Amino acid sequence: MFSLVQRLGSAFLELLQFMGHMFLFLINILWCVVTPRYRPRNLLKQIHFIGVRSLFVIILTATFAGMVLALQGFYILSRFGSEGMVGPMVALAIIQELGPVLTALMVTGRAGSAMAGELGVMRIKEQVDALEVMGINPVNYLISPRLEASIISLPVLTAIFNVVGILGGYLVAVHLLGMSAGTYWGGIESKVGPRDIYISMIKSVSFGVLVAWVCTYMGYYANRGAEGVGRSITQAVVLSSVLVLVLDYFITALML
Amino acid sequence: MRSVKLELAVGLFVLTGLGALAWLSVKMARMELVGGNFFTVEAYFTSIAGLKPGAGVEIAGVEVGRVDKIVLDVQEFEARVTLKIDNGIPIQEDAIASIRTKGLIGDRYVKISPGASDRLLTSGERLVQTEPSINFEELISQFIHGSAK
Repeated sequence: MFSLVQRLGSAFLELLQFMGHMFLFLINILWCVVTPRYRPRNLLKQIHFIGVRSLFVIILTATFAGMVLALQGFYILSRFGSEGMVGPMVALAIIQELGPVLTALMVTGRAGSAMAGELGVMRIKEQVDALEVMGINPVNYLISPRLEASIISLPVLTAIFNVVGILGGYLVAVHLLGMSAGTYWGGIESKVGPRDIYISMIKSVSFGVLVAWVCTYMGYYANRGAEGVGRSITQAVVLSSVLVLVLDYFITALML
Repeated sequence: MRSVKLELAVGLFVLTGLGALAWLSVKMARMELVGGNFFTVEAYFTSIAGLKPGAGVEIAGVEVGRVDKIVLDVQEFEARVTLKIDNGIPIQEDAIASIRTKGLIGDRYVKISPGASDRLLTSGERLVQTEPSINFEELISQFIHGSAK
């Protein structure tokens, strides 16, 4: 009984320490983002990696997300005799929720895991220490460009996701289910407001910070050995995906 | 050469994103860029039950504007509804604004029935004749309790 309580206490303290460590790491990155040296070259490379090369997977996901929403929405709404609302349903669901969340999840899977792996290998091969010996701040050199690139790429990808998703919904609703194009677009135009797009962008920027933060943290503090790197990648993907969904709930609750 | 390609790809990527965002905001959310092409008139209703900002304003079924904002006027205890009407749509001073429903459970919108007066309303003026929204519950209870004529 006594040892059980003790173990609970120790686990709690460890969690607290872990959270504190992560938070200090975020402050460290943010500090390195605003202070010189700035590295536009690295930033460009990271945007290319996180953003441009995720484009294909984002477009593919968005098309099918929009298509299935239209199909499912049509089926559900026809029970209430309001099939006309398929357009707004697809558009609002994608703009407010699915766009930012699915983009963040795809970027986590594609770029976040790579970030963690890359940094993990650098850590165990002592390249991070080598940078430090050379007088280069490794957080400034390695981490801040990734965070900045993620903050820039996610809103861009989300905007593209939103547009492609709505077009995917259009494809199914109009060309497959025989809705009129006017009903689809007219409904969207009358129901989607600037605020929805604003929420979408707020979410994607927050997710950009979150994904880069969690994934670089896990890689940067990877344990020794190949096993440590493997574990850091798994933890990065799992923690980042879970936190994206948790944060999504709280932003929605706050903004609605 | 390699670096030019990289810069080009990133530039194109950001441009696509901005284009997507612009399309979303202007086409879907109908964000007015500069100024906008409309004038506003005000109408007072005793009940707007269910009308939301952003709802359409129609004349003869054609959308000519939207509801901008709805506030409670504390002097008259009526709802003050600001309507944005597209420029070039004449609204006579004796036009009647009424709140209607599309279908049985559909959206509320503002219907304007044109008047006969020669004088047209200009921006910021008030539509005097209004008809509140039809409340189905009240209608039904009037019917049941026999006060309907």
